[in-house]
Amino acid sequence: MANDKPFQPFRNLNAKIASIPMILTALVIFVGCTLWTIFYSFTKSKLLPKLDFVGFDQYERLWGTRRWLVSIENLLIYGSLSLIFSLLIGFLLAALLDQKIRFEDTFRTILLYPFALSFIVTGLVWQWILNPDFGVQHAVRSLGWESFNFDPLYNANIVIYGVLIAGLWQGTGLVMCLMLAGLRGIDEDIWKAARVDGIPMWKTYLFIVIPMMRPVFITTIVIITSGIVRVYDLIVAQTGGGPGIASEVPAKYVYDYMFQSQNLGQGFAASSIMLLTVAIIVIPWAYLEFGGKRRG
Amino acid sequence: MADSQVLTDTAAVTGPFGRRPKPIFSRRNIMLYGTLIVIAVYYLLPLYVMVVTSLKGMPEIRFGNIFAPPVEITFEPWVKAWSEACTGLNCDGLSRGFWNSVRITVPSVIISIAIASVNGYALANWRFRGSEVFFTILIFGSFIPYQVMIYPIVIVLREIGVYGSLTGLVIVHTIFGMPILTLLFRNYFVSVPEELFKAARVDGAGFWGIYFQIMLPMSLPIFVVAIILQITGIWNDFLFGVVYTKPDTYPMTVQLNNIVNSVQGVKEYNVNMAATIITGLVPLTVYFLSGKLFVRGIAAGAVKG
Repeated sequence: MANDKPFQPFRNLNAKIASIPMILTALVIFVGCTLWTIFYSFTKSKLLPKLDFVGFDQYERLWGTRRWLVSIENLLIYGSLSLIFSLLIGFLLAALLDQKIRFEDTFRTILLYPFALSFIVTGLVWQWILNPDFGVQHAVRSLGWESFNFDPLYNANIVIYGVLIAGLWQGTGLVMCLMLAGLRGIDEDIWKAARVDGIPMWKTYLFIVIPMMRPVFITTIVIITSGIVRVYDLIVAQTGGGPGIASEVPAKYVYDYMFQSQNLGQGFAASSIMLLTVAIIVIPWAYLEFGGKRRG
Repeated sequence: MADSQVLTDTAAVTGPFGRRPKPIFSRRNIMLYGTLIVIAVYYLLPLYVMVVTSLKGMPEIRFGNIFAPPVEITFEPWVKAWSEACTGLNCDGLSRGFWNSVRITVPSVIISIAIASVNGYALANWRFRGSEVFFTILIFGSFIPYQVMIYPIVIVLREIGVYGSLTGLVIVHTIFGMPILTLLFRNYFVSVPEELFKAARVDGAGFWGIYFQIMLPMSLPIFVVAIILQITGIWNDFLFGVVYTKPDTYPMTVQLNNIVNSVQGVKEYNVNMAATIITGLVPLTVYFLSGKLFVRGIAAGAVKG
């Protein structure tokens, strides 16, 4: 099983044949298609891809388009809030469930079930709950508070927070599960020692347990952020990018330009920027996690 | 001392350990369970709203409260969502999307798991020059936003003549399920004792012999985890469905979105919610039946990407 043997192309032939799908996927799809898109983002492709190079024109136009800027702004707001709140809520829920409670499995099942639902279902349910004429606003008003105002999906200034509510409902269960696994991985003796020393519980969490869970936090952050950059279905279902363009996101920009406005070059450029965003997050993480030593 | 050690060890496996706090109705417990119940109610609320809305008639929705239980239970919205709701010109309801989704999900789950399990097995037990490089590319590839690859894949599928068909979509699901599934199976097969593998080799078993006679029977739990992961993932997919299929072959999620977010006609909220809950029913059933295995699946999936 050692790798350092002389080159024998027919050794392990069956394994090589069996790995053909993986090799094709890795080379053709992940490397090939990605390079293809980056390459064509420098062309003037419209309805069909064509090799008519225009340098960085597509990118210049991209950053000059209001819709793209709104998309990026939304992604930043949604992304940072979603990251902070998922971590915070996820950790608090995990800490609650870790208090040696009864019915832990029941509570965990309830908190995690939204994660089994698609973003489309999530978006549509919350679109209904946040509907101003029938949903929460209507319910509170009919209780007597006539001036109550809560219509995030119809208000361009706060629509992205309406999406955030739905996103957090769907995704915090996952974060909770990861955090719970992290908490369970911490040696019980640490807790005993902290108790003996008379350190209050919140201090133990903040200064001892959380620093010890650093790897869990880092993994979770990488998972959440790579999900945030991809956010698409939720927006399509819940707001359709509206009102106007107030809740547009980059992933939707890419899809719309590629498959609806027949402006492939813009789509390629926008998706390349998305790739760059992910790379900025993933590469330092990979370096921290695997840097120096190679893990087999 | 030895006894207590054993006790702690078994407790560590089964979950929380140590003595339970004595007084059940202490202030701490009331606070703790109170908070948990409030949170649980919040998480359950959308499901509740979906169900009650789908059981009401339109007049009741118009004049009532979305949180109120239905006065008069009607199953008509469910029937309508299933067999009459319109998307564009087609008015045959969600049933078409449902069967499309079934025809997409079943082969995708089987093929992707078959390929990924053999891949994982090759990576764990039959490493060859370069195998780790491809695996690393695969894992990092899983972080690439799909939007970067969707268009070139359209070209690839068109070249091999399956663009717009269910076959094409099955291929796409197989491709994008591969990183996580391969990782899952590889990590599992690595943990199988090597002696077993060597003994089989000595007895003359080859690549496929060992896979089918030793690895496969030993790894049924991980196959179940993979099946759960794939059923929910593929059923819930929207992006690939909308890009790689045509209106006739749209999966359920795409059709659902078209039904609910269509701008024509009077909005029938009860039908919309019935349609939504029908679409969510498959992954929810898988989730509630699988319990801990689902958690294991996402925990395994969460390791990387």
